[in-house]
Amino acid sequence: MSDSSTLSAAVAALPGWFTLDPVRPQLLGTRCTACGTYYFPRQQLFCRNPDCAGETFEDVALSRTGTLWSYTNAAYPPPEPYVVKEPYQPFGIAAVELERECMIVLGQLARGVDLARLCIGQRMELVLEPLDDGKLIWKWKPAA
Amino acid sequence: MSKEIAILGVGMHPWGKWGRNFVEYGVKAARDALADAGVTWREVQFVSGAATIRNGYPGQVAGATFAQALGWQGAEVNTSYAACASGAQALAAARAKILAGECELALVVGADTTPKGFLRPAPGERPDDPDWVRFRMGITNPTYFALYARRRMALYGDTLEDFARVKVKNAEHGAENPYARYRKRFTLSEVAASPMVADPLRLMDICATSDGGAAVVVSSLAYAKRIGKADAPRIRAISTVTPTFASALVEMPDIATDSAVAAPAQSFRAALPRKAYEEAGVDPKDVDVAEVYDLSTAMELDWIEDLQLCARGEAAALLRRGETALGGRIPVNPSGGLACFGEAVPAQALAQVCELAWQLRGQAGARQVENARVGITANQGLFGHGSSVIVVRP
Repeated sequence: MSDSSTLSAAVAALPGWFTLDPVRPQLLGTRCTACGTYYFPRQQLFCRNPDCAGETFEDVALSRTGTLWSYTNAAYPPPEPYVVKEPYQPFGIAAVELERECMIVLGQLARGVDLARLCIGQRMELVLEPLDDGKLIWKWKPAA
Repeated sequence: MSKEIAILGVGMHPWGKWGRNFVEYGVKAARDALADAGVTWREVQFVSGAATIRNGYPGQVAGATFAQALGWQGAEVNTSYAACASGAQALAAARAKILAGECELALVVGADTTPKGFLRPAPGERPDDPDWVRFRMGITNPTYFALYARRRMALYGDTLEDFARVKVKNAEHGAENPYARYRKRFTLSEVAASPMVADPLRLMDICATSDGGAAVVVSSLAYAKRIGKADAPRIRAISTVTPTFASALVEMPDIATDSAVAAPAQSFRAALPRKAYEEAGVDPKDVDVAEVYDLSTAMELDWIEDLQLCARGEAAALLRRGETALGGRIPVNPSGGLACFGEAVPAQALAQVCELAWQLRGQAGARQVENARVGITANQGLFGHGSSVIVVRP
């Protein structure tokens, strides 16, 4: 099923932070029109590059693939505001480096990704999956 | 003109999970530091407190809270909040006051009471707060420590046994420290048998949160000389620099680094001691002892390299050769570090300075680093805060 109209903003854990394309989702950031620095989460008022006076930003969807920078898991249930469904199922977490943006972005690993089979430097892609409370969030999984 | 100040006295309240009011720990530490300095509370002209944010209004005005608890006597007051570097920032405020000639004798105090379990953010739906966002996604403090640790394994070949070796070393160091919370020696297999928290880090690789208090009495060199303490250890540098854009690591509590498209990625941890070395005119090879912020065992290895005590990637080799243990070339965390203390946020950077003072005075007992003359601390916390302090024996 690839009908994006079935997904509404109400289902996102962080509305407006990513597209709701069920097949090829992307994180939604901004880019300083003066120096080219990308921002995720979005930055819309002042550029944080200390040498840049930029105050205008363009909306930009971030690269949806990158290389695995590092990874771990959450063996114990995280505290609130994380919502835990019992019985607790540990989940993985990845840090993925986006080449074009020169930026590392964290996210959970998609369900079922085996930590033991991951290798730093491998290609990863962005997907959407529900958190335990059913709200959608972006996750990383090995690129097909 | 000398930019040094003297450490006349230091004091601590034992770390633990006591569950009592933080003021009690701070006052106990302050009284010990005053006694150690041989000065009376009445003589103190400036009180500089490190704030605690989990203990209500009194915690947010910690300087005044401690001054009142010690008995109002008209001293000027300051409170600093800089996350884990709060104690160092409070110390920097005292140093500035002394070097500006506005006071001669100052008391710096930090203390905390911490909740059980993971530190967590304030409640509500607050997507503008990066600390809230990362917890919403299930990203806790150990997540960051584990990502850095895994990176060391991939880049430098560090092993789980190396990380466990840090714990075993620090447990050995802290076993006889009366102020440490955990004073039990461990074996490599005991560390390996502790439950996994954030792969590759186990429970015993990660520091706990603790209650504790630490205090330092500092003065001008002239004052120290007048009271017969010209040979007191001296603070030669305090670095509390902020990061430089763009961040090279995903720092707590962020979910992404800065984009390094327009400016090069830079390490924050490495910048902290660099500024301290420059300010002190001290070369890393002159350092005899280091107290570093081992939020995880693996992070101690990162710090050793950030402090330039060895080349990048070689800290585990240094550790395996025993060079960072007591009796080695450059003992790291002779106090036992966070591994034995757990973190009492506003007190921790001051506790590091207390340990260096004892080491440089030759009063560290079973954990004494032989003939220590130059010591350095390193610490990093949330939101661009961190510190590095260099203490020397005159």
